[in-house]
Amino acid sequence: MGQDIVVNGLINGSIYALLAVGFSLIFGVARLVNIAHTALYMTAAYLIYIGLNHWGISSLLAVLSSILFTVALGLVCYQLFIKPIREHEAAVLIATIALAMIIQEIFLLGFGGHYLGVPPLATGYFMVGSIKVANQHLLALGVAVLALVATWLLLFKTRIGLAIRCTAQDREVANLMGINVNREIMVALGISVGMAAVAGAIVAPLSVIDPHMWLHPLIMMLAIVVLGGLGSIKGSFIASYILGFAEAVVVFVVPMGAFLKGSVALSIMILVLLIRPEGLFGVAFEEER
Amino acid sequence: MGLIWFYIRKTFTLFRNEVLVLPSRTAVLVFVVVLLLIPVFTHDPYLLRILILTSVFAIFAASWDLLSGFTGQINFGHALFFGVAAYTSGLINVNAKLPHLLTIPLGAVAGVLTGLIVGIPCLRLKGTYLALTTLAFPIILMGLVFAIPEVTGGELGVSGLDRLSASRIHDYYITVILMLVLTSIMWKITDSNTGIILHAIREDEVAVRAGGINTTRYKLLAFCLGGLFAGIAGGLYAHIMRTVGPSTLEVSLSFQVIIWSVFGGIVSIYGPVAGVFILFPLAEFLRLLWPEGRMLIYAILVLLVLLYMPEGLIPWIRDRIEKECPRCKVRSVATRKTCRVCTASLD
Repeated sequence: MGQDIVVNGLINGSIYALLAVGFSLIFGVARLVNIAHTALYMTAAYLIYIGLNHWGISSLLAVLSSILFTVALGLVCYQLFIKPIREHEAAVLIATIALAMIIQEIFLLGFGGHYLGVPPLATGYFMVGSIKVANQHLLALGVAVLALVATWLLLFKTRIGLAIRCTAQDREVANLMGINVNREIMVALGISVGMAAVAGAIVAPLSVIDPHMWLHPLIMMLAIVVLGGLGSIKGSFIASYILGFAEAVVVFVVPMGAFLKGSVALSIMILVLLIRPEGLFGVAFEEER
Repeated sequence: MGLIWFYIRKTFTLFRNEVLVLPSRTAVLVFVVVLLLIPVFTHDPYLLRILILTSVFAIFAASWDLLSGFTGQINFGHALFFGVAAYTSGLINVNAKLPHLLTIPLGAVAGVLTGLIVGIPCLRLKGTYLALTTLAFPIILMGLVFAIPEVTGGELGVSGLDRLSASRIHDYYITVILMLVLTSIMWKITDSNTGIILHAIREDEVAVRAGGINTTRYKLLAFCLGGLFAGIAGGLYAHIMRTVGPSTLEVSLSFQVIIWSVFGGIVSIYGPVAGVFILFPLAEFLRLLWPEGRMLIYAILVLLVLLYMPEGLIPWIRDRIEKECPRCKVRSVATRKTCRVCTASLD
């Protein structure tokens, strides 16, 4: 049981980290609450399934093309539907919800409500002491950590990362300093959707694919982002593992845990917020008036 | 006799000069009259059922507007009030056998208490934090519903509630008249001094606090009012469906109410009501047309309408058929060249 908790906690935590860091990034840069974020994650998983079963391309190619296509889809949707109504917060919110619903319904129409599966990229397992670790889990963890490190390097070690962080801090001043704010938003959105797509690619072989798989991660992701502090990348990262492990512990330890996993994670979020209203590592955005 | 004639003439003049002079007011009048006369012409149970549910959701959407539209405290978990009230009414009705005249108000009281319980901790939070935290509460409660199926019935929910009334026509009149009365009350609240303060809180909370107003108290009041009206809607829904399931707490219901409201146009009360009366029957109509793809068409329609009318459908239409006088801020028909009150030029 202990090993299950550790493995599941790490995997869940990493997937949530990929989702939440991406969401946090685009919220920070564009103040965009992107409800469709996890719908794009689902899109990546479905595209891998389509690539493998309908086009018969190799696994690696399917994964890469699905990630690229998802990013392109995210950028096109932003340009077409979100950008024209950027000034109207409520409308943007509904637009992203509607986009998520459209994506869900398209897959529901195309594939029905069936549970679909994708064969794992790596098979077999090895032993660490007495603990059995599946190669696929290790691969998933490796890819997740790699993607997170790559994002961190991009954000904190390159000039474009600096520009993105500037835009997140103060869009107007960044604009005055000669940063092309619209381009930075597109780049940040590309990174954000890309991370969601990577998360989808990791999840595809580990669990089932169905048209409603985006809802639970969406709720967990929102909880994580609030818990870690909105717009704080570090906070999102740490909170992901807190809630990922909390979920794993509840599922394996508490009776009826599968029903309560969401409740417990969200209760943790609310408790923390009562003590620290700005989240664990909240960046205090100056009041935008 | 002369006095009676005087009053009749006065009422008629008032009616002509205050109601018929503006297309939006005439539209509301026609809407109310048509809604009240529908059962005279048709007894089609399917149509009446759709209109009954539409009225219930209209109360629900208007309560969201009262809480979130007016104060700007976006509530992502409005289904919480609806679900709590529906479950309260259902459980009391089934277990204690109280009549619905008592259970629906008790459900509304439960809604108010929920508003307090959620509001007190949440009002330390602002903006997006608040929105995303409120999303959590119905999901936590849903987990509990599934975890203790002995009390709540788990996935199947509570069933076997009393009917609202003996016949569907009665049901229809009860819900429609309640809807008209409650939305009028909500509209009056938003038009009062309290409503103006709620408006001001959305525009600039710091300025309101600087004006010596306890904004937290007003925001809590908004939460309670939202809970009250959503609670009435929830209790009604429980007795109309005669069963209460976890669907009343679902995230999709919380999202749905936001879609209805924003589609109709927030900060107006009549906007969300119109939104529900357009979108809910539309969804049912699409179910007949193409059952598998109805949500797809629905979502695409919402997206496209918002793309061209980000303020919402009703404010967009109103701005086309009416103009606001630049001098005295009174609205006139768009066809007029001059203001109907102060005769200033309208262009």
